[in-house]
Amino acid sequence: MFDDSNIVVGLEIGTSKICVVVGEQTAEGAVNIIGLGQSPSNGVRKGEICDTEKVEQEVRAAVFEAEQMADVEIRSVYLGVTGGHVRGFNNRGMHPVVSADREISEDDVKDVIKNAKAINLPAENTVVHAVRQHFFVDGHDGVTNPVGMLGARLEVDMHVIHGHANRLQNAIRLVRATQLEVDEIVFTGIASSLALLTPDQKELGALVIDIGGGTTEYVVYSDGVIKHSGVLAVGSDHVSNDLAYGLKVPLSRAEKLKREYGSAFVTDEARGQQISITNDLGLALKSVNVEHLQRIMSLRLEEIFEIIAHEMEKAGLSDYLRAGVFLCGGGSRVTGLEKLAERVFQMTVTRGHSTTLGGITAALDQPEFATSIGLVKYGSLKNRQRPPRPGFSSGLRSAVGKFFQRA
Amino acid sequence: MNMATPDQDSLFAAAGQPVVKIFGVGNAGVILLGALDRSEFAGARFVAVNTDPASLAVSEAPVKIHLENKLLRGLGSGGDAERGRAIAEEQFSTLKSACDGANVVFIVAGLGGGAGSGISPVLARAAHEAGAIVLAFVMLPFDCEGNRREQQARQSLDQIKSAADGVICLPSQHIFKLIDENTSLIETFRVTGGLLLEGMRGVWQLLTRPGLIQVHFSDVCALVRDRHAENAFAFVEAVGPGRAREVVEKILAHPLLDEGRVLAESEAVLVSLTAGKDLSMAEVNRVMEQVKRQCVHAQIIMGAAVDLTARDKLSVAIIAAKQGVKKTEEHTHTTTRSSHAPPPNSSSTRESSSVSRSLRAHKPNKLVQSQLSLTIVSKGRFDKSEPTIHHGEDLDVPTFLRRGVGMN
Repeated sequence: MFDDSNIVVGLEIGTSKICVVVGEQTAEGAVNIIGLGQSPSNGVRKGEICDTEKVEQEVRAAVFEAEQMADVEIRSVYLGVTGGHVRGFNNRGMHPVVSADREISEDDVKDVIKNAKAINLPAENTVVHAVRQHFFVDGHDGVTNPVGMLGARLEVDMHVIHGHANRLQNAIRLVRATQLEVDEIVFTGIASSLALLTPDQKELGALVIDIGGGTTEYVVYSDGVIKHSGVLAVGSDHVSNDLAYGLKVPLSRAEKLKREYGSAFVTDEARGQQISITNDLGLALKSVNVEHLQRIMSLRLEEIFEIIAHEMEKAGLSDYLRAGVFLCGGGSRVTGLEKLAERVFQMTVTRGHSTTLGGITAALDQPEFATSIGLVKYGSLKNRQRPPRPGFSSGLRSAVGKFFQRA
Repeated sequence: MNMATPDQDSLFAAAGQPVVKIFGVGNAGVILLGALDRSEFAGARFVAVNTDPASLAVSEAPVKIHLENKLLRGLGSGGDAERGRAIAEEQFSTLKSACDGANVVFIVAGLGGGAGSGISPVLARAAHEAGAIVLAFVMLPFDCEGNRREQQARQSLDQIKSAADGVICLPSQHIFKLIDENTSLIETFRVTGGLLLEGMRGVWQLLTRPGLIQVHFSDVCALVRDRHAENAFAFVEAVGPGRAREVVEKILAHPLLDEGRVLAESEAVLVSLTAGKDLSMAEVNRVMEQVKRQCVHAQIIMGAAVDLTARDKLSVAIIAAKQGVKKTEEHTHTTTRSSHAPPPNSSSTRESSSVSRSLRAHKPNKLVQSQLSLTIVSKGRFDKSEPTIHHGEDLDVPTFLRRGVGMN
């Protein structure tokens, strides 16, 4: 068997499915996807676990499948978390440089980051991520590494993502109960954007919208750093629910109709078109107006985009998204969704592909796996930062080599 | 009862002065009525209404109406608003005849107890039916007075709002912003009552003082009629050379106007300035300009009057009507029906409270009904999950329903 230190596993407990992706990190640091396991999810609503027993079984099943496919034993995972309680905001930390020569040291940088992380959160909340954006030296913008520079005042902008501690804990405890270790929890929105965006796109500015089963996450990158993130506890489950209510059909049937006839717009051929729903024996039960179906869907999806677009405007980011909008998640499969999003956001919209990793291409092309793949990517980035280990030195050496080349 | 003769009333009416009757209802109301300065309110009729004979006995009001029946056994309403209400309904005709001939009826009451909360809404309706404009000046109890009183007061306030043309409501709790910690209880009550009376005085002055810029009786009517709203008021005074600026500052800092926020929300504002002979146009202008800047959406009615006794004092009374609903025919209909039911049973209270809820929601009746049906809408699979609220909208409810897109 090979050393498992180069195996990175992402686990996403989603509202519609539970997904495990196994990645193998090569000596050069590149990652190949070598295994995939999934199972339908029945114990999750709006991205949060509501039936632990069911979910536990489903996680076991998905992990087992992935182990079989990749032929490895999974010991620890990077766990994706989301939910309506997860929020992101920007915070600035300040630190005066006190040394006699005014040279900024490593300690100053540590201090300023610590200051930026010291924020007023509600007592029950905890920080999931604190991502460094930019340093300011004496008010000068755009410093990425201030160590060695001269200045009197060092500031840093951080993007802090936080969530309800107990609810986050629930997911972690559940995974631990299946005899798996949790390496780290990762906000699924960040994971998706890691999978989708190239460094160029992050630099240009991009908005990633992950329309999942129960939640929609959005993350904004600009100048190569995360500028904004958030969760809207509305997903394609809501679309199905709207259809079930509006067309007066059971939820399972609504789900099927959505897949078969769904569209982000009312299409021309749908106008006035009736379809009859049949039961298992082929007997007609009732007829459904396709135009209504598509209108209900269109309204809901448009609303999701509108809320996010409004959020972008409020944050003043609308003009910074030069690479456009990227869609992923199972909900992005709806026909014509890019067109609808283009209309709302007034910019180019692309259905995202997980371009940043290699391996099973069939998996990479599915929008619903973006999060899990992104989790692997996140894990691989973290792995690279880990202290040197025997058997891992070659990868490290190349990393160090690169560093010196740059310097 | 020595009611004012109709001749006298018509004389006043002929002189262009409205006939005003001031009713003090309940214990607090009767006390406040006693505290009113008779000379200042010359020409107004004072009527004390209560269920408690002891309180009426000490009152100096020329007309006293003692509401009594066997059930009360001379002990008053015992803090039960339903009892007060029942007895007022019983004696509806007495109340109505007491209001006869008046153009304006002021009702002064402290809500929360039995008589004030129970009788005031009925009296307001009686006065309305007698053809008068009804302005109610009411106090809400302090928070520490307990749930029951607060509930009764709230309910009564809603009922008064639907029956009277205008309600000027003073939540006693706001007083804490005006007094310091060491104020005695007696002093606190005096301040509370004083504030309410100041409001009355402001309105009274508007109605009666000969003004440089006259506020006509019809202006006040226009402000309060058809606008079923809660009014906020403030009365500020300042002396000396910088008085105009000072007055403006005081208005903007006034706790009852929520530091000026109420002005921004109101849709009609009445401003009355009173000062001595030396009141200058520049001062009027300065005050009005600031007020105007505060209330962007409001229709402003202003009046300025000279009070020879005021010397170099400038006093400004502001009444702001918050965005309310136009009183609809339908609406009055429901209210009358609901409150006519003689013994108030649970169903009638529910009906009237639903009406008042509609008032608070600031929506015409029709819309409220469709909204009611909306809340019954099952959210399907999200029924039991935590609702996703975004800007006050429940996103779990299908979008097409919330946007009112018809599917048929």
